[in-house]
Amino acid sequence: MSAEKIMILGVNHKTAPVEIRERLAFPNDPGTPYREIAVIPGCEEFNFLSTCNRVEVLFVSSTPEETERKIRDFLFNKSMSYEEAGKYIYLHQGEAAIQHLFRVGASLDSMIIGEPQILGQLKQAYRDATEQNCTGMILNRLLHKAFSVAKRIRTETEIGSSAVSISYAAVELAKKIFGNLKNKRAMLVGAGEMAELAAQHLVNQGIAGVVVANRTFERAVNLARCFNGKAVSLEELIPQLEQVDIMISSTGSPELILRSSDVKPLMRQRRNRPLFLIDIAVPRDLDPKLNDLANVYLYGIDDLNNVVDINKAERDKEAVRAERIVTEETLKFMLWLGSMEVTPTIVAIREKAEAVRKAELEKTLSGFSNLTDKEKQALEKMTSAMMNKILHHPIVYLKKDDSHKDKKVKLSLVRKLFNLDPDNSS
Amino acid sequence: MGYLLFQLTLLAYILSTAAYMVYFWSQRKEIRTVARWILIGSGLLHTVYLVVRYFEAGHTPLTNHHEAVSFFAWSLTWGYLSFHWRYNVRNFGSFVSPLITILMLIATFSSRQIIQLPPALKSAWLPVHASIAIMANGFLALAFCGGIMYLLQERELKKKRFGLFYTRLPSLDALDNLNNHCLAVGFPLLTLGIITGSIWAKQAWGAYWQWDPKETWSLITWFLYAALLHQRFTVGWRGRRAAIMAIIGFSAAMFTLWGVTYLLGGAHSYVG
Repeated sequence: MSAEKIMILGVNHKTAPVEIRERLAFPNDPGTPYREIAVIPGCEEFNFLSTCNRVEVLFVSSTPEETERKIRDFLFNKSMSYEEAGKYIYLHQGEAAIQHLFRVGASLDSMIIGEPQILGQLKQAYRDATEQNCTGMILNRLLHKAFSVAKRIRTETEIGSSAVSISYAAVELAKKIFGNLKNKRAMLVGAGEMAELAAQHLVNQGIAGVVVANRTFERAVNLARCFNGKAVSLEELIPQLEQVDIMISSTGSPELILRSSDVKPLMRQRRNRPLFLIDIAVPRDLDPKLNDLANVYLYGIDDLNNVVDINKAERDKEAVRAERIVTEETLKFMLWLGSMEVTPTIVAIREKAEAVRKAELEKTLSGFSNLTDKEKQALEKMTSAMMNKILHHPIVYLKKDDSHKDKKVKLSLVRKLFNLDPDNSS
Repeated sequence: MGYLLFQLTLLAYILSTAAYMVYFWSQRKEIRTVARWILIGSGLLHTVYLVVRYFEAGHTPLTNHHEAVSFFAWSLTWGYLSFHWRYNVRNFGSFVSPLITILMLIATFSSRQIIQLPPALKSAWLPVHASIAIMANGFLALAFCGGIMYLLQERELKKKRFGLFYTRLPSLDALDNLNNHCLAVGFPLLTLGIITGSIWAKQAWGAYWQWDPKETWSLITWFLYAALLHQRFTVGWRGRRAAIMAIIGFSAAMFTLWGVTYLLGGAHSYVG
């Protein structure tokens, strides 16, 4: 099968701002994409993945370009032109698409490299797709491969354990202050990649809840949904601060949004429970004097950078190893795809049968020392003829022209019958 | 016999402290295991020494300075080990073990001579009062170590300069809890120590309280810790303030133990 039939179309945190991403996520009816994409002509198999940071469609089509156009129109719901949408998307075909999928599954394409959630999300997406009968032989194998690649990378590299970044540093510090984060609550003020990332990382650590405050309430609601949190308006900031333990601030406000004098009376109400404030806004959101209050720990972006530098080199090394595994596995998958054609399959069957014939013949002949060359030739001829007769019908059956879908099923069946892909025995 | 045992115990404590120091630098788990087992061994040896001393003296060995400080070190050791049973506080041992060794060295340089008790002090209350009061000191010393660790860790977190302690010490929350738990044991013991002392005083001298310097200072110590616990329960004092209070309280307790005896004198001075 030609690898060019496989395509990935999507948007992620690098290509599109959150306003665009959330428009593509179909939060009101998650079933829509399965119904709508399935009826697009040419689309044989597809998988729809939607997370906070990405929406992407992986599909197999005999007419990939046209199918892509239709899917893109569907995703953007005609809210912008095909070309305009092109500014926000990424599109990979063939080998690049396979590689991209493997990288997504292994969390190499995530906001926080090495974060473990994406694999679960991809598995869930695949489960949904299979339930809707949207996947077929190619995607079944491709996605299972993506899961095993992710697992391999997780066990062979340290990518997961040293996911160092600003947000990781924030989590490390939070652990040094609070010990266990399980019953702690965080508040996200304003939006922005880094702040969302830090919040995401805290959620990964199992904090009890997230509160999102934003100048525009609607925005807060959308963001809160990503973290299963609750949205509040910016006016509620100070009363909310009584409840939360960690606050990440990144508003575009030109002035300070929180002063030392606001927090001081609050600490008494909080019964002096520690408060960890992270200010990643430029210009600053939080009063530097806050750090002088007892049990208040204020960290700015530069302070966090200092923590990060400690083992960044280590992480980069692990990412390089992970990328090498992805490349290796992509090549293996390409080889398998290549074999999913009629001719290579016939060749493989013949080779297999020929090997059996040769081995058996040799075994038999070694028992007879007094056979003449003529007799040996006759035996050779007879076994060849038997082999060809037995293989004749299966090969004719394979060569018969069928629709694309039937051909794939047929190939898969025959390859299984003759056990041509031993590692695919499941 | 007793002296040899004491020397052995001291040596074991020094070895354990050295191992804890090496662990603090290297953070290798095997070394911590070794250090812990040596400390347990030292504690057991120490117990044997106390028993031997009891038979040598013919009364509970808590009457002279050597015995009191040695018992203090013993309480600290077992207090630490018993805490260890329930809470795992990283590198706590590296702070507690040097303190144990210092106490043992002080005991080494004090006179080991066994004193015949004056009749007034011969009472069942002697072992009860003295052991409770000294055990209280053991737990207050643990809170003191926790307080120092808290201040070191907090300093690095506030100043954002991550040095030796940031990675090695546990979280502020764990240290604050440690402080709380140590005081939860130490303070009732301290209270009990004062009450039993007062009952014994009534028996020996005919008055519950006679305001001698030791009594006064133990009351001051008691009020310091009471204030800390009161504030913790009512307005949630914690963290740095609680750590500093634990250190001040312990200083007062140490003054009660030594300062009073050597600077102020009074009825409580060790008979020696």
